[in-house]
Amino acid sequence: MIAVELRKLFRRPRTWVTIGLLNGLPVLVAVLLALTDLAPRPGEGPVFLSAVLTNGTLYPLAALAIVLPLFLPIAVSVVAGEAVAGEAQAGTLRYLLARPAGRTRLLIAKLVAVIAFVLVTVVVVAAVGYLTGQLLFDVSPIGGTALSGTTLTSQEIAGRTLLAIGYVTVSMLGVAAFALFFSTLTDSPLGATLGALAVLIASSLLFTLDAASAFAPYLPTRYWLAFVDLFRDPVLWRDVVRGVALQGVYVVVLVGAAWANFTTKDVTS
Amino acid sequence: MSDDPVIQTAGLVKRYGQLRAVDGIDLDVRAGDVYGFLGANGSGKTTTVRMLLGLVLPTRGEVRLLGEPMPRAARRVLPRVGALIEGPAHYGHLSGRANLALLDAAGPGGSRRTRKARIDTVLEQVGLAGVGRKPVKAYSLGMRQRLGLGAALLRRPELLVLDEPTNGLDPQGIHEIRDLLLELHRGGTTVFLSSHLLAEVEQLCTRVGVLDRGRLVLQDQLATLTAPTGATIVQTPDPGRVRAALDGRVLRTDGDRAVVRGADPAEVNAALVAAGVPVTGLALERPTLEEVVLAAASTSADRVDAPGERSRR
Repeated sequence: MIAVELRKLFRRPRTWVTIGLLNGLPVLVAVLLALTDLAPRPGEGPVFLSAVLTNGTLYPLAALAIVLPLFLPIAVSVVAGEAVAGEAQAGTLRYLLARPAGRTRLLIAKLVAVIAFVLVTVVVVAAVGYLTGQLLFDVSPIGGTALSGTTLTSQEIAGRTLLAIGYVTVSMLGVAAFALFFSTLTDSPLGATLGALAVLIASSLLFTLDAASAFAPYLPTRYWLAFVDLFRDPVLWRDVVRGVALQGVYVVVLVGAAWANFTTKDVTS
Repeated sequence: MSDDPVIQTAGLVKRYGQLRAVDGIDLDVRAGDVYGFLGANGSGKTTTVRMLLGLVLPTRGEVRLLGEPMPRAARRVLPRVGALIEGPAHYGHLSGRANLALLDAAGPGGSRRTRKARIDTVLEQVGLAGVGRKPVKAYSLGMRQRLGLGAALLRRPELLVLDEPTNGLDPQGIHEIRDLLLELHRGGTTVFLSSHLLAEVEQLCTRVGVLDRGRLVLQDQLATLTAPTGATIVQTPDPGRVRAALDGRVLRTDGDRAVVRGADPAEVNAALVAAGVPVTGLALERPTLEEVVLAAASTSADRVDAPGERSRR
C-alpha cells in the first residue's frame, strides 16, 4: 500500500512541477546576489544570506531559509491536503476502500507518502542550493564561519547541513499533520490546504504578538528557524530539541484525530 | 448452482439526522442470482450499496457478504467482490492499464505475478484491449465505464455489485455488456445490479428487489412477479362481439383488445370461434415488471408498515 502511494505521488507530474517551482526563488535570489554583489547586512533578510557572498558553501542553508516561511509550507499543505480529500473528490476513494485498501492502512500510506515528499523536497532544495552556491559564489576551501565567529571545517558544515535538512523536514511534519487531518474532514482538497495554511498564518501572527506570549512556546511555527542554532559553536541544542518535541506532539495528536475521524466516517464521495 | 446466501441484510437502517435514508431492509441474494435492485433516485439504493461494501456504516442492523459480517470481515470478503459504485473513477493522468495495476496493488488478494495477465484478460473482456497508453482523461464516458467494469472483474469475483453499469454506453455497448454479464453469470458469478432501467433489469435479472423511500417493498423471483394473471388477451377487430359471446367473462376492453377471464387460450379461442367472432391473436396476460414496480411503489407511499414486514415472504 505504501509503495502504491509513493508511486502515485512521484509518478504525478504535478509533484515535480511543485518541487521545481519551489527552487525558483532561491535560484533567483542567488543570481541577483551574484550579479549585484549586494548582500543583505548581517542580521537582515533571510538568515545565512549575508554570508553567502564570501562563502557559497552556506547557500543550501540560505535556500532552505528562503523557502521555509511560506513556499515550503504551501507545497506541503497542498500535497497533504490532497491526500484523502483529493481521492474523495476524484471518486477514487470509494474504489480504494472497496478494494479493500483498509482505512488505517490507507491513512498510514498517505502519511508516509507526505513525509517522503517533504524529505525529497527539502533535499532537492538543499542540493540545488549547493549547486547554485558552488557555481555563483566564492567557495572557501577550508570551511566557513559559524554564526558565533569561530571557524567550522568543511566536514562540520556538511554534517550540520544534513542535520539542518532533517530538522527542516521535521518542522514541516506539523503542517503536514494539520493538512492531513483537515483532508479527512472534507471532500475538498483546496479546503484542507487552505485550512492548514490558515493555522500557519494564525501561528505566525500570534508569535509576533506580546499578548499571546503565554502560548508562544506551543505555536507550530515557533521553532522553525531553530536550525540556525546548529551553526553556532558550540551547537545550541535547546530550541532544536524543543522544536522536534513540539512537532512530535502535533503529529501524534493530529494523526490520531485524523485516524479517529477517517475510520468511523461514512464515505459518500 | 447452490442456494448459499451471498448478500444478506437484517433490519438494515441508515439514518442521517432525522432522515431515514434506509429504513430496515432485509435483502436476500443467493448464489447464482442476477438480482435487480430497483428504486427511484433518492430511494436509498446507493446508501444500501455503500453499506454492503463497508463505505457507509449502518446505524442499525447487519450486513453479511458471502456469509461473513461486514464491515468487520472486509479484508477477507471484499477481494472476492467486484464493484462499480455510482460511476467509474480513475486517475486521469495515468493510462487505463496503470490504473488497473495501481488498484490491484492497493489491496489483498491480487497476486503480483498474475497481474499483467489478469489486466490483459479484463481489458479484452470489456473491449478495451487496443486502448494503449492513452491517459484516462482522454477516454470517452463509455470507455471509462468499460474500464470501471474491468476494474471490478480484475480478481474474478464471486459477486459483482454493479450500480448502473450501462450508464454512458451506446446501444451497441449496452448489448455487449449485457452479454458479458450473462456470460459471467453462466460461469457462476452472482450479480447484484442496481438500476432504474426497468427494461435492463427485466432482460437480465432472475430476482428483483424494489426499494421505495428506504424500504424494500418487494423482493421475489422475476418469474413469480410476472407470472400469468389467469386472464387471456384476445386480439380482435371487434371487441364488442367478444363481450356478447362470452358474457360476464370479459374483464375489460380497449381498442382492438379484450381481456377475458380464463387461463386457457385454446378454450377461449374455441368459444369465440364457435360464436363466429374473428380472432387475430391470443396471449396469456402477464403483468410487466413496470406494472409490478409501479403498483408496489405507489402503495408504499401512503402505507406505514413495520420495517421489513412486507418484504418477508
